[in-house]
Amino acid sequence: MTSPETRPGTRPEARRGGLLELRDVAVTYRSAAGDVPAVRGVSLELAEGEALGVAGESGSGKSTLALALLRLLPKTARVTGEIMLDGEDVLAMTWGRLRAVRWASASVVFQGAQHALNPVRRVGTQIAEPLLVHRMATPARARTRVTELLEQVGLPAWRARSYPHELSGGQRQRVMIAMALACEPQLIIADEPTTALDVMIQAQVLTLIRSLIAGRGISLIMISHDLSVLAATCDRLAVMYAGRLVETGPSREVFTGARHPYSRALAEAFPTVGDFASRMAPRGLGGDPPDPMRLPGGCSFHPRCPVALPSCAWRDVELWPADRAPEEPASPASSAPSHTAACVHVLPDPEAGPEPETTGEDETPAGRPAKESA
Amino acid sequence: MSDVTARRREGLARFWREYRAQRSGMYGAAILVVAVLAALLTPLLTDPSGLDVTRATGEKMAPPSLGFPLGTDESGRSILLMILWGSRVSLLIGFLSALLSMVIGTVVGITAGHFRGWPSAVLMRITDWFLVLPTLVLALVLAAILGGGTSTIVLAIGVTSWASTARLIRAQTLAVEARPYVERSRVLGGGHWHVMTRHVLPNVAPLVLANTTLTVAGAIVTESTLAFLGADAGQASWGSMLRGSYDWGAVTSGAWWYVLPPGLCIVAVVLAFTLCGRALEVVLNPRLRGVS
Amino acid sequence: MTLLEAVDVHVEFTSRGRRARAVDGVNLTVGEGEIVALVGESGCGKTTLARTLLGLERPASGAVRYGGAPLTYSTRALKAYRREVQLVPQDPTGSLNPRHTVYEAVAEGPRIHGLPGERERVASALSRAGLRPPERFFPVYPHELSGGQRQRVVIAGALALDPKVLVADEPVASLDASVRGEILALLLRLRAELGLSALVVTHDLGLAWNIADRVAVMYLGRIVESGPVEQVLSAPSHPYTQALLSVLPESPAPIVLGGEPPDPTRVPGGCRFHPRCQVLAGGKAAEAGVDGRCRSQPLSILPAVPGSRVACYFAEVSRAPL
Repeated sequence: MTSPETRPGTRPEARRGGLLELRDVAVTYRSAAGDVPAVRGVSLELAEGEALGVAGESGSGKSTLALALLRLLPKTARVTGEIMLDGEDVLAMTWGRLRAVRWASASVVFQGAQHALNPVRRVGTQIAEPLLVHRMATPARARTRVTELLEQVGLPAWRARSYPHELSGGQRQRVMIAMALACEPQLIIADEPTTALDVMIQAQVLTLIRSLIAGRGISLIMISHDLSVLAATCDRLAVMYAGRLVETGPSREVFTGARHPYSRALAEAFPTVGDFASRMAPRGLGGDPPDPMRLPGGCSFHPRCPVALPSCAWRDVELWPADRAPEEPASPASSAPSHTAACVHVLPDPEAGPEPETTGEDETPAGRPAKESA
Repeated sequence: MSDVTARRREGLARFWREYRAQRSGMYGAAILVVAVLAALLTPLLTDPSGLDVTRATGEKMAPPSLGFPLGTDESGRSILLMILWGSRVSLLIGFLSALLSMVIGTVVGITAGHFRGWPSAVLMRITDWFLVLPTLVLALVLAAILGGGTSTIVLAIGVTSWASTARLIRAQTLAVEARPYVERSRVLGGGHWHVMTRHVLPNVAPLVLANTTLTVAGAIVTESTLAFLGADAGQASWGSMLRGSYDWGAVTSGAWWYVLPPGLCIVAVVLAFTLCGRALEVVLNPRLRGVS
Repeated sequence: MTLLEAVDVHVEFTSRGRRARAVDGVNLTVGEGEIVALVGESGCGKTTLARTLLGLERPASGAVRYGGAPLTYSTRALKAYRREVQLVPQDPTGSLNPRHTVYEAVAEGPRIHGLPGERERVASALSRAGLRPPERFFPVYPHELSGGQRQRVVIAGALALDPKVLVADEPVASLDASVRGEILALLLRLRAELGLSALVVTHDLGLAWNIADRVAVMYLGRIVESGPVEQVLSAPSHPYTQALLSVLPESPAPIVLGGEPPDPTRVPGGCRFHPRCQVLAGGKAAEAGVDGRCRSQPLSILPAVPGSRVACYFAEVSRAPL
């Protein structure tokens, strides 16, 4: 199944389940106060050449999930489930294999490029480092490769001799992208790559990311709290709330026709300039993100939900097909739906009793990996 | 606002919990408690008349015995008695001169950090000047000019040891002044005094406390050195005992009981203050702890 | 009624031995009960202008006027001015002293000014900022609050002085998307209930669209376009405004300007935007016969008037026939 949109990042030959597959991934931080479930059962698939945007507010577990993909989490985090990168289980890898995978197969562009770069080393040296560490190039070859990479991200070759503080924020982010590209990875994970940047620089960086992944078969996972940025860059979106996916689907569909009230709130948070419905009417979401140690029972979003039903307080709904044709017989068992949402309002009959696949317990015990439809 | 005082008490309890986890700090605190208790209780339990050369009862330079557990000095005085009374002088001078040094250092440091421009430049040049002056020589000269007495020694040590504290406090003040909440306070209308007392001082106070503890250790050493070199407070202190043992050739004559006890007392108390100071630094300075 | 006004304000800094003209001639007014958005990229001087309006920077020339009278910089005059014009800072987390409780943070202003009825004042400020019941928040420390709640505490701290104008510097930039709308709605509600005016400094055009009456677009120390939000953001006249709007994620045809943010130590001659101007580069300015002026003739400073104004030779000639 491919995205119905034709946009720069979409490749028609993209196949599902190709590069990355997450099965029921859960991450729990152990702390003095008890276990903190940060990610609670996430299943995802990423095809080769596909760009996936993961959205959510701080504390939703989106960054934790991204770091878990390459086992970059601190020791206090326990990861369960299955993370298959190109057919290999990341959680079962040896350290040596993992280190090889970290640069060569998948690399990360962190948020806040000024902290991720070493301030006392020239940027050229830092870009060349993974190449030399993994013995993928001789020093001379690495130098030409650095020039190539800088060119690709739109920086002149002499910038290799600059120190990070001599670069502007946008240029540093470009250097980070060049580093990520150095070993020609299959997957790039970008954690809030444009959050601290101005609109114009943000546009430059997003254009760059789009052009780099398009036509190379590189997959992208981009994390942000700004749904509009993700929708403009990615083929598919996954919205996270309180450690779980609450909606997945093609970017345009999720952004303009979100079925989960939380995704809708995120989509409306950044108004379209010129749309008079949002003029003098900023829209947001009341309440605060839930404390992961004291998640509300039922649907964890129900205390903040503008359209909650009484049953939401005890009824937890899984991801459910939410394509724009409610009359269609919906069944999670049939071929993977492109648009899913974990909300009672996408069920055929919201007021009906618990479906076989929904849980009707009074409380969701913290840390229990929730079952998600594939 | 009883709920606020409750929160304060809670914070204090948390501080104590974290401090207790510092094992070396607990050893230091234990030594200090013993030393301070000894200094406080000595007048109640012992008779100072034994310190008078003319009324000393023991033999001269006698080794430890039942009547004199640490032996006697050249005049037949009990070394134990002198150690106990000497602890009062050493600790008092250590505390007072450290206090003086901290007050000068904090005032100079905060002032130099808060007011940029020429006042800061002038203060820091003065600080640099004190920093490079040979402390001991200056203290000796001061003590010589001002004459003997506890207050003279306190003044001499305090005035010569504040410079490094001032630098430290100034650096911390600059860091606090760069915080957005200081700017917010200014916009709310807060003047220099308000910013310095409400925002800067509470934020540098933990550093001041930890640093004071370390300064006490330095002050006790300086006091001993000064006393050894002849500038004493006119009363028996650990330093003046070392001086006496040197003058009477205790080492060459094998009178170890005259040299070791004051020396070990200095080492133990200085070490204790250092251990406490380091532990306080770790507990109070979030940057050393990693997470705030 | 004009409340807060910048009259031909210039602010200069010395940066690495070079003179930076951070604000290079700006006229701007904020009327009573009006919300004005000051929009621009980082380094354009918008934050410096806001700090100057707050009296935190002194202009090299020109004046800040409040209620018609020029601001004087004596300690007393500034302190009195603080009761009228207050700041909503960018980073609520850094703007709260971590050692102060919410009560102490909000009471700081009233204590400085010796205002009576401190407890009532703090309680009413907190509830006006949307933290209810206020008593519940008194003993709480900032680290126990969410980002949105912290920003409300900071706003309450400003409200406790009963100001007439709020100067908000990127009030939602560090907040989550879901909280953003709530804080913006709060600013609108404060205007409706208390008649508060606001100058909102931001790089976010969506924010201007959400809450502002008027918008001023700033580039390299000058305002290049200003006017009612509907007019400026629906039909931008200045090429820079057009480019800023075009790179919003929803826009169909982005004009991504090349080059790095402008450097206030090296202000180009002529129109200061000309080295990056897509209209000039695309040859349209030459067609209109203004390209010479774009490159060499300095533009005059825009006056502070309610209607639409644009500082662009091309826009002047292309608008004229209409």
